[in-house]
Amino acid sequence: MSPADIFVVGAGMHAFGRHDGVSGRDMGEHALRAALKDAGIGWSDVDAAVGGSNVSGKPDSLVSRLGLTGIPFTTVKNGCATGGVALSTAADMLTAGRAGIVAVVGFDKHPRGAFASDPAAYGLDPWYAQTGLMVTTQYFAMKTRRYLHRYGLDEYALAAVSERAFANGAAHPMAWRRTPLTSAQVLASPMINDPLTQYMFCSPGEGGVALILARGERAHDMCERPIRLASVEVRTRRPGSFEVFSPWLTTDPVHSPSIDAAASAFAGAGVDPADVDVAQLQDTDSGSELIHMAETGLCEHGEQAQLLGSGATDWDGDLPINTDGGCLAGGEPIGASGLRQVHEVVRQLQGRADGRQVPGGPTVGFTHVYGAPGLSACTVLTSR
Amino acid sequence: MESTAIDDRLFVELDPPLLAGSSCGDCDVVVFPAAHRCPGCTGEYVTRIALPNRGTIWTWTTQAFAPKPPYQPSSSGFEPFVVGYVDLGAVLVESRIVGEVAIGDEVELRLLDVGGGQVTFAFARVVS
Repeated sequence: MSPADIFVVGAGMHAFGRHDGVSGRDMGEHALRAALKDAGIGWSDVDAAVGGSNVSGKPDSLVSRLGLTGIPFTTVKNGCATGGVALSTAADMLTAGRAGIVAVVGFDKHPRGAFASDPAAYGLDPWYAQTGLMVTTQYFAMKTRRYLHRYGLDEYALAAVSERAFANGAAHPMAWRRTPLTSAQVLASPMINDPLTQYMFCSPGEGGVALILARGERAHDMCERPIRLASVEVRTRRPGSFEVFSPWLTTDPVHSPSIDAAASAFAGAGVDPADVDVAQLQDTDSGSELIHMAETGLCEHGEQAQLLGSGATDWDGDLPINTDGGCLAGGEPIGASGLRQVHEVVRQLQGRADGRQVPGGPTVGFTHVYGAPGLSACTVLTSR
Repeated sequence: MESTAIDDRLFVELDPPLLAGSSCGDCDVVVFPAAHRCPGCTGEYVTRIALPNRGTIWTWTTQAFAPKPPYQPSSSGFEPFVVGYVDLGAVLVESRIVGEVAIGDEVELRLLDVGGGQVTFAFARVVS
């Protein structure tokens, strides 16, 4: 699906981090009001809404706070890809002509520590969790180890991803982790799932993000610098991919829903990966970002160490990645995380980034989320 | 006390241990644990088979923190452990690993006590 004429006309966010006494729904409401203000409209102007939260309440219940205007409000829940799926659903409503202005919201408030997962919800029997295998961080570490082995990369590339994320986060007022860390500090932090150390993992966190989408003619009336949603694509896994919570895999699993979603998003937008001026990639851990750089087509497999080492992925490099600090510096409130990526790219393309502004007037942005049990959502956004 | 399998469906037999997978008659995809329908091609002609008891380490990691319930650490406290995927030729199986390993190491199937009189499957390096 290629949304021909859909624009982001407003973006709002509740800072990520830990916010005692503030509920997930509070953060969603805060983000929605900020996005409406950014678009210069009121809730009564919104024709339809889509919301996502993994564990922190029903997004559609926000109508009781914003106004009982009677609009359709769709709730989505697709793991770490929730934000991308919410955006895709909103785009479909606009493309189908069912709405002229759609609000998208995502929020979550996770308890401390690693995510707990219910085997039955994934179609797995209790033994899988009882024997200690149902841990998402194990998957990230095992996929990373195989990837490093296959493409001749090492832990210094993993540390470079974290160093850059924390440097960007330190400059971003919405980020959670605001202290820069050197690669040496990242490597010296406790080993969590070998080869991934503590500072190579993001933490479940809290936050909210909202976007306002509109169709072409209205978008330009409402917003001085609307950002075109040139494509948004969602894909689930196919045979031969290496996914989280898999008691078995096919031999030599090299496929990934990220590959499919990214290729389709670039094709739908008529954009080449080489044209991307700023990208946000799923970085639940630094190994995942390394892998996603190549799976999305932004570089060749094995090329990552050179790109990271040369500063190409820094905010002022040729291929800036996770300019807001990504999940590593922001934490991962699941429902909000994918929309956070779009929020950052929109602000970058409008030339009003909250943190480090990519120089030179970026015009093409890309976002990528990946979630359990094997799905990905990608967008291409342009200021043209 | 005699140990019992944490889930009978994982094993063809416990002594000596053999894992039960299934093989698709239409597309030859082998899966573990055994399935009634092939997740590769959705075919219904699947046969329960015993998986090889030896393979090689395809990837691995360590688990340094205690997983959340229903995992239960032993009564003497949580001990970090190793997990990995073992290449059994037709399928990669995710498993607890006993001892240290590297990619490519040859490993063989054994049982692992998980407390409460229950055992699960694990692989350990073949001692040559």
